[in-house]
Amino acid sequence: MTALSIRALSKRYANLEVLKGIDLDIESGEFTVLVGPSGCGKSTLLNIVAGLDRASAGTVEIGGRVVNDVPPKDRDIAMVFQSYALYPSMTVRQNITFGMECRHVPKAEQEKAVANVAKLLQIEPLLGRKPSQLSGGQRQRVAMGRALVRDPLLFLFDEPLSNLDAKLRVEMRMEIKRLHQRIGATIIYVTHDQIEAMTMATRIAVMHRGVVQQFADPDTVYRYPANLFVARFMGSPPMNTMPARLEADSSGLVAVIGAGRPDEVRLHLQGYDAAASYVGREVVLGIRPECIAEGDRAFAGATGAPVVVTAPVEMVEPTGAETIVLLRLGGEPAQARISPDVRPAPGELAPFALDTRRICLFDPETERLIA
Amino acid sequence: MTIAVSTGPGRPAASEIVRRLPEYLTIWVPLLLSAAHLIAFSLWTIWISFTPSTLVPVTGWVGLRNYSAVAASRNWQIALDNLLLFGSAFVLLSLATGLILAILLDQRIRGENLLRSIFLYPLAVSFVVTGTVWSWLLNPGLGIQKLVHDLGWTSFRFDWLIDRDMAIWTIVIAAIWQSSGFAMALFLAGLRSVDADLIKAAQIDGAGAIRMYRRVILPTLWPITITVIVIQLQFAISTFDLVRALTNGGPGIATQLPALVVYDLMFQRSLLGRGAAAAVLMLLILLAVLLPYAAWRYIQRRRAKHA
Repeated sequence: MTALSIRALSKRYANLEVLKGIDLDIESGEFTVLVGPSGCGKSTLLNIVAGLDRASAGTVEIGGRVVNDVPPKDRDIAMVFQSYALYPSMTVRQNITFGMECRHVPKAEQEKAVANVAKLLQIEPLLGRKPSQLSGGQRQRVAMGRALVRDPLLFLFDEPLSNLDAKLRVEMRMEIKRLHQRIGATIIYVTHDQIEAMTMATRIAVMHRGVVQQFADPDTVYRYPANLFVARFMGSPPMNTMPARLEADSSGLVAVIGAGRPDEVRLHLQGYDAAASYVGREVVLGIRPECIAEGDRAFAGATGAPVVVTAPVEMVEPTGAETIVLLRLGGEPAQARISPDVRPAPGELAPFALDTRRICLFDPETERLIA
Repeated sequence: MTIAVSTGPGRPAASEIVRRLPEYLTIWVPLLLSAAHLIAFSLWTIWISFTPSTLVPVTGWVGLRNYSAVAASRNWQIALDNLLLFGSAFVLLSLATGLILAILLDQRIRGENLLRSIFLYPLAVSFVVTGTVWSWLLNPGLGIQKLVHDLGWTSFRFDWLIDRDMAIWTIVIAAIWQSSGFAMALFLAGLRSVDADLIKAAQIDGAGAIRMYRRVILPTLWPITITVIVIQLQFAISTFDLVRALTNGGPGIATQLPALVVYDLMFQRSLLGRGAAAAVLMLLILLAVLLPYAAWRYIQRRRAKHA
């Protein structure tokens, strides 16, 4: 069943077009993350879905019903805010029951619902407290409790973890994911943090300048970014992108980085038939930092002789879990993630193994993925 | 603006003092002068209140005699009764008026700036002007009553100004007209600073306008409410010019207030000692309002620091 369906939705403020023809279909039970840099329109989109803002054109359907003119309270949604938005004068219990109170749910039923949610989120000891007496993580839980108690068709999360410190953020991230798996809710989650998107989502919608750039499962978004924006936005450090020239020889396609230079890098590509029409032309070659490793690394599932190039090392950043190396491939800067115990010296030449199966090629004009 | 100062290696402090001299002069001299003024004259008044001074200050000690004389006088008792009635009616009604105006203005209406200026404008008018204008408006032979009579409704009566029991309410009306705009401005600022997410959350929870204000928005305004109450109360306690221009304490002594009693004793009956005693009593009433407020602020700030 389609929980949410957005058709040709646009939003403009005076001369500024914030959303440009958004189309999204979200299935029931999915955890969809809207991710993008600030100002990309993701929060506006969420507010329009919630009914807190009006679309300039297009329709929003929730559970098969067009809700463009339905007020927020009747849309069967619940929302968790970045600022938590707990009612400061009410206790935790009253915060959770306020919605039911507005809908005139009988007292006994309210009690039962609060007890269930409090147990689920382990906030029973907090029920009598005021929000000002809670820590950030506890407030976050209460805000989720307030949403959960409604048991809506659609949960909307607006950057709910941005105000937490790093450690708590990781904990709550896992907790929200676990919650989703347990109750099977349909969630739309807005964030600017691509790691949150990758770890929690069943599907990611990457947004930029009011347009959905790609809407796919996390692996596809990561492995086959639809365009250069997605390639550079998802992943940390981001995908290396560099100009290259596509050639063909007896064994197939070859991507040449820094063609004509003494240190040019020639990479044989297999399974990139879609790029055949680009032979003899410039393309943008993308390669993830983890696909460049120390010279003796064998990539999982690789067959045939490993591709090893010798490249100058510019800088080394040991992070503990891995070593990030800034190197030059055919004169173009690239970052590599190598084993933590391998520390090539800056200024020296060092061997690097490349996983050429996972290279992405982009059209330099349209910036779209070729293969 | 930057001022280049050559700071020699040995004496940076002296040039710093010279550079900041204008600041020190403009801040500290007036501050010290006014503080000395305030404290010295308060102490002087307290001392006078224990002396048998009449026309001129004299030394001597009469203990609490001036106080008991003031407290026993009918004038003072009426003034206190009036203060209680005027103070509570004025504070509550101006609070309510200000809040209602602020809520109405907060509905994103057209012409908000104009209306806000109109509501705030009375604050710019001196109390003497307010009192005088309202004394004309409320004068049965000149103002509202005459207007309605001239329109043909001759049985209309609105003569509170000359009614012993109702005259105090004319002061309440004029004072509310003067200062509810101030309460409105503070409340409006408070309403505008309510977290927008809070209102969104309440919308999604399904709260209607009345429930939204009663349960979500207004409870966040109570620190502002307390500030408004305290400011209005200290105004009420020290009210002088408004009453002097509007009713001059009359009819008879029906609208007597403590500040008028002080003025009456000191400058019309030349009883400096008793006037000073009445003034000290007023100061004590003021402190009874301000000290708890200061304590409350202190506790709030400490709690904010710990949170």
